[in-house]
Amino acid sequence: MAVNTLPKDFSESGALIERHWQELAAKRRLYTWLGLGLFAIAFGGSLWFANETNAGKFFDRLPHLFDFVGDMIPRDGLEIFRALFDLPSPYYDGSFKYNYPEGRHYLTDSFYVPEYFYKMLETLNIAIFSTIVGTVFGFLFCFLAARNLMPNWFVRGFVRRTMEILRAFPEVVLAGFFLAVLSLGPLPAVIAVSIHTIGALGKLFFEVVENADMKAEEGLRAAGANWIERVWFAIVPQVMPNFISYFLLRLEINVRASTIIGAVGGGGIGELLRLSIGQNHQAKTLAIVLLLFCTIVAVDQLSAWARRRLVGDQAFQLAQ
Amino acid sequence: MTKLHVSEMEEIAARHPEIFRTSLWARFRMPLIVLAAVLYGVYCWWFFAIGAVLGNANWSLAGTYLADWVSYEVRPEIRMDDHGTMKIVYPRFSPLGENPNPDWLTAERQTVTRTIEVPAAARTTAPKSTTSFMAPGAALGSAAAEAVTAAPPATETRTEDVVTRAEVTMGRSTRIEVLPGEVTVQHGDERLRVAIDGSTVTPETQPLPQWATQKRPGEKVVLSFGIAGWAEIEPDEVSIRKRFLGWANFVFDTRSPFFDKSVSEVFSLIAWGDRIDPARSNLSLAWNNILYNSEWQHLDVWTKLLQTIVMAFVGTVLATLLAFPLAFVAARNITRSWISNQLTKRFFDFLRSVDMLIWALFFTRAFGPGPLAGMSAIFFTDTGTLGKLYSEALENIDDKQREGIKSVGAPSVAVQRFGVVPQVLPVFVSQALYFWESNTRSATIIGAVGAGGIGLKLWEAMRTNSDWENVAYMVVLILIVVFVFDGISNALRSRLIGRNHH
Repeated sequence: MAVNTLPKDFSESGALIERHWQELAAKRRLYTWLGLGLFAIAFGGSLWFANETNAGKFFDRLPHLFDFVGDMIPRDGLEIFRALFDLPSPYYDGSFKYNYPEGRHYLTDSFYVPEYFYKMLETLNIAIFSTIVGTVFGFLFCFLAARNLMPNWFVRGFVRRTMEILRAFPEVVLAGFFLAVLSLGPLPAVIAVSIHTIGALGKLFFEVVENADMKAEEGLRAAGANWIERVWFAIVPQVMPNFISYFLLRLEINVRASTIIGAVGGGGIGELLRLSIGQNHQAKTLAIVLLLFCTIVAVDQLSAWARRRLVGDQAFQLAQ
Repeated sequence: MTKLHVSEMEEIAARHPEIFRTSLWARFRMPLIVLAAVLYGVYCWWFFAIGAVLGNANWSLAGTYLADWVSYEVRPEIRMDDHGTMKIVYPRFSPLGENPNPDWLTAERQTVTRTIEVPAAARTTAPKSTTSFMAPGAALGSAAAEAVTAAPPATETRTEDVVTRAEVTMGRSTRIEVLPGEVTVQHGDERLRVAIDGSTVTPETQPLPQWATQKRPGEKVVLSFGIAGWAEIEPDEVSIRKRFLGWANFVFDTRSPFFDKSVSEVFSLIAWGDRIDPARSNLSLAWNNILYNSEWQHLDVWTKLLQTIVMAFVGTVLATLLAFPLAFVAARNITRSWISNQLTKRFFDFLRSVDMLIWALFFTRAFGPGPLAGMSAIFFTDTGTLGKLYSEALENIDDKQREGIKSVGAPSVAVQRFGVVPQVLPVFVSQALYFWESNTRSATIIGAVGAGGIGLKLWEAMRTNSDWENVAYMVVLILIVVFVFDGISNALRSRLIGRNHH
């Protein structure tokens, strides 16, 4: 078909080239359409499957999508702030729903931290602490996984596989397992997030190390430095800005992760949010959402600012 | 090796003042950062009460739970009867099936005939109505009178199969021999005899060996043999917990007709055996038995896993499809309108900053638990993140191609299609693949919040603390899926933009 459209005035070899090009183009078109077709089938099948196995069907539920938004409107706008700062509500009727002062965290006799701020602090602490733990272990392991520093393929492969497993292991299971052993509290969440962070940061770290300039290391090697000295004086100064930038990036991710882990039983603000949505406490839910939103925006902005100062614009590649 | 003279060293230092005379901050920032991290660690130690929590933790429980991941226990109980005989009882859902007869538990059986006293109530049979239903009153009256006259207790002769001696092999060198009123345990070189009389347990050797513990004299003795299992000697029964490596009844459960058959037996049954269920072939029966295995619930687990995969896939695809056009609106150099740039960018920020958790809880309320909620949560969050990344990528493109196409008078759509898209498409697709990969991982935890999928099933399995082997099964499946998808995504990415570029 393509051959028929050849203009008449081609030379023999020109026609050959043109024909070949058209063949290639036709093949490419065929592959593109095949790929798109496969993709469409997979996508359509997925949509159908998702709708079929869902508790409520999409088109049945769509008209009611915002019903629950209506349910979430508090009795007046100030209620949100009363809930946020644990101030007594004028609608208090003895029920838990309007009992905002309950849960105040008293530091002295008269000075208290509102419940949600305290829980937010807990979540933030989970995130920061486990990011630090993950960074420390990721730092220790990444040099063993980098091709340019660890010629022994067995050690390298072992460390890399371990990191992959740590990264891919479902956090829910880690949290649930340690919840069963350690009983309630934020520590299961800390362990779960830390373990995941070790794997994730370890991978990013060793990729940075593999891209490091090896000239300094060569110089130290020529001067007779041992492995630890070479790593410490030749590699670490080069990769440190990138490491800190990845630390900050991971911190952003971990703030979200520790909120979610909290919702499955790990304590912190996530648990309160899940409970208050489940119990239809409008003002409390909105207060938590507001607090969470502001915190995440603040952490993101702070970390973006610090990263820009550290490594410039290249720090904005996202990684997880 | 040459050594530098002091004056030479000073000369070098004078030549490079920027290296040898740095500010205090530059010199001490590393130790300061480390010190701050350590101090923060101490604070967190106090804040989370880590010491106390770790001290109060039940570590032996952790060991048992971990062992449950890859092994199972069989729990026969050897009960003492009043007549100097014993009975071996298995729990109702024993992994050995209905009539277990394991070779590690040998029992000497005896058929005894004995007379036992039967309480009157048990012997009274329901009155047989010989009269017609037309006169029920009369019939009932006579039956009631009959029951009253039969009240005095009577005896009955019964022939029973009883156990007179049982021996359990717990390990290569561990044996528990149970006789009526006496238990002998042999573990390595050590031997322990325990007398039991229905109300107290009295070990005959004191002090007890290391592997046996008794809290108070007369109470039960607990024997632990590590991974081989443990046993409890109680006044009237000996409970055995023998541990086996592996997953019990992974393919066929105990109710299946294929249970406890070897692989070749199952194959020959399927290939040329007579139909077990006349309604269908053995192959479909076997397949059905596997899918609906009551212990492992293969079909349900696979469906839930597929839900999680679908959640990540559809969520990412939808997010990419929406973020793609919106990014063109958000990019400064493509849409030259400050208001629409800012509006779109703030919209992305909003989607991103409302946590995925909030979206997940919101959509779970809206659609009910299931993949729709999870995929919507991923869709909303990732539209924000991808939109931000895409618009940044668009703002960094090379303008020359656009100008070239504009200069030949192409319409605006053609300028984007041929001047912009070819530059950014590989990056866009590669980032979408990256998010697909990472969402496959995070979809599990979104599920646990209530959005369905394997996460919810995992959470339910963990709550009872007794189904850790099912948790292990699901974790293995998740790991396989994550690794396979990582591989696919990596392969596609490196085809798109070459290696070492993500």
